[in-house]
Amino acid sequence: MQSEEWKFTAKDIAEKPDLFMSGHRACAGCAPAAVMRLILKATRGPTIVTMATGCMEVVSTIYPYTSWAVPWLHTAFENAAANASGIEAAIKVLRKKGRIKDEHVDVIAIAGDGGTYDIGIQALSGAVERGHDFLFVLYDNEAYMNTGIQRSGGTPLGASTTTSPAGEVIPGKLEPKKPIADIMVAHEIPYVATASPYYWRDLIIKVRKGLEVEGPAFLHVFAPCPRGWRSDPSKSIELSRLAVETCVFPLWECINGEYQLSAPSKVIAMAPQKKKPVKEYLAVQGRFRHLFTPKYEKLIDEIQRITDMRWQKLLKKCGIA
Amino acid sequence: MTLKEKEKSWKEISIAAVCWKPSTEFLTGDWKTYKPVRDPAKCTRCLLCVIFCPDGAIHWKADRNDIEFDYNYCKGCGVCANECPVKAIEMKLE
Repeated sequence: MQSEEWKFTAKDIAEKPDLFMSGHRACAGCAPAAVMRLILKATRGPTIVTMATGCMEVVSTIYPYTSWAVPWLHTAFENAAANASGIEAAIKVLRKKGRIKDEHVDVIAIAGDGGTYDIGIQALSGAVERGHDFLFVLYDNEAYMNTGIQRSGGTPLGASTTTSPAGEVIPGKLEPKKPIADIMVAHEIPYVATASPYYWRDLIIKVRKGLEVEGPAFLHVFAPCPRGWRSDPSKSIELSRLAVETCVFPLWECINGEYQLSAPSKVIAMAPQKKKPVKEYLAVQGRFRHLFTPKYEKLIDEIQRITDMRWQKLLKKCGIA
Repeated sequence: MTLKEKEKSWKEISIAAVCWKPSTEFLTGDWKTYKPVRDPAKCTRCLLCVIFCPDGAIHWKADRNDIEFDYNYCKGCGVCANECPVKAIEMKLE
């Protein structure tokens, strides 16, 4: 893959003009907006972006304003991947017929966790099965944030949302997060990876790898939402670091079925004393506030157990443990 | 319902209501309560704030070898101040 030779500095990234422009109406401290900027910093030429309904679609294209300096398409909630396959097929045909310039066009489909875990999964599953050459980016803010913080398949165990409210009866969401990236690995596609905006260099390299690879690629990006997580807006990027350091969201990539840990998680695998307890990650978020009351204290141990179990499983897949 | 004079009818808006104005014309700077103020002496120009700003409101000016805050778009979230490794950015009440 070429991207191993692709060297860049922070200055190169800062100098590249923003293709996701200022003036979008995301909340203050919105990590998904930072993720959008970073994704588009990794583009290598003509690019078409298609999006599912979600926070980033809503805040960036309020009529008559658009924040996208690239061709951009939105049709419905469930079909970001179907749009991408249509775009890719159309470009192929137009190029064959000589109707457009004969050059490679990258197609990126972006969806939130609702548009991927729940509503968009059948379109995504179909598109990768057909083998279209596109990159699917999931920005995971762990609930349906723009409609008022409803739970999704991506909401973690114990999180309080408006449809899984913590109180007398239940301690927030009762089910753990769906391992979506592993589901995509099971589709046997050439490239699957997870990324976190704090490790921006890693994120940009993974987006570029996803674009360079022939065939479908899937990138799962962690994107803290201060509004829905009831956290301090200034801590959004810090939370994306804590999630990696506590192994709640380990960073890895899977190239042609071969799992390998990315540098930030590899450091923790090599020196397990650096792994932080999940308590540190939960304590800074208001959606887990009830876990720190005597009634639901035990759930923290359960979250720690599930996190450790998934981390050990991942280490085994990477051939480390 | 009668349309107000400045509102356009469906015949006059763009086809399929395609957005046609860049969002940079919509200033979000008046959202903020706190304003980031940088101490240029402490700043090491690591550019982390430029990379992490969700609003793209911090620009790198290569000709002046310096960064510049664009308060027209800054929403005052404080991510830059929180991530600054040398704590050169302070959030001040506007």
